Amino acid sequence: MKNARNLIAVIALAICAVFLIFSSIMMHPFGKPSDSSMDDYIISNAQNETGANNAVTSVVFDYRGFDTLGEATVLFTAVAGVIMLFRREKHE
Amino acid sequence: MIYNIPFIAVVLLILVGLATVIFKKNLIKIVIGITIIESGVNLFLITLGYRENSVAPIYTFAPSTKMVLPVPQALALTSIVIGVAVMALMLSIGVRIYRSYKTLDVRKMRRLRE
Amino acid sequence: MSEMSKIVRTISNSLFPFIMIYGLYVIMHGHLTPGGGFQGGAVVASGCALMLVAYSSEWVFKKVKESNLSVLESIGAIGFISLAFLGIGVTFFYNFLVGSNLLFGEIPPAGPNTGNLNTAGLLPLMNLSVGLKVIAGLFAIVAVMAFVASRGMRKK
Repeated sequence: MKNARNLIAVIALAICAVFLIFSSIMMHPFGKPSDSSMDDYIISNAQNETGANNAVTSVVFDYRGFDTLGEATVLFTAVAGVIMLFRREKHE
Repeated sequence: MIYNIPFIAVVLLILVGLATVIFKKNLIKIVIGITIIESGVNLFLITLGYRENSVAPIYTFAPSTKMVLPVPQALALTSIVIGVAVMALMLSIGVRIYRSYKTLDVRKMRRLRE
Repeated sequence: MSEMSKIVRTISNSLFPFIMIYGLYVIMHGHLTPGGGFQGGAVVASGCALMLVAYSSEWVFKKVKESNLSVLESIGAIGFISLAFLGIGVTFFYNFLVGSNLLFGEIPPAGPNTGNLNTAGLLPLMNLSVGLKVIAGLFAIVAVMAFVASRGMRKK
């Protein structure tokens, strides 16, 4: 029955909403991160170790360059998948 | 509790996206709902790294030396690019499904067809 | 998708170089101002999508063949990996151009300062490779989808 299925979906969404809102109220107060020792090191030493004025670019390309390599691979795979899906067969 | 309003906004965004995925019957609207969930998660990553009375972590013409945390911003950048790639693939698969089933209603796509 | 009127084509002809120069500025100054490879690549790709809408997508797709776009994207990817391998004497992804006086090798003074383009070692070269890869990839996705849509509408 469609009404029973809709009712179960609404109840599941309500339980999910209660969990999420309850856990977002109990988080640490907005604006006071609990532990930031790694970021303090990066902010104070990014200029003489990397030579860049932009701390975010030095994190993306120097301190965590491996994640950028994985992201470039994901972009390449997505472009290859899209072009492959739209190819015409030769016997048409 | 009044201090956590950005976190509650993120949870509302995720719930709107989740409700779209559950209750809508058009394939394109389900894809839009997945994109809304991804936007909510990116916003959550950025709000985790905020410090009070601080500026952006860039030293060119900086007003002060107290800065926000730069690592969550780098992770959110990677997440945005991966979201674009996943959305492009989902829309291409949707086009192929439309060519073979002639409809976009998810209740009518049951068996594997030629 | 047929092409648009003469007014639209003329104005997008005049606007396209400015969009490309702004995108290249965002890519090249990635180590001084907010921006970098991914953001500047998205700006240039949306400028190319403007040209795709103004002229018909079949005409653009025939002038820029699909194999040229994949060659450009592969050049960006191979350039990024070879720049990472150049410092393999110490570790993978080592920034060996900082402090030496080769290409981009100065160190900025500590604290807030006005920016100097000659700094930050290997980072502007990596920004250029990733920017080229993002431009070719996003433009290939949009052009292939528009071409397939116009062919499907033509057939009906």
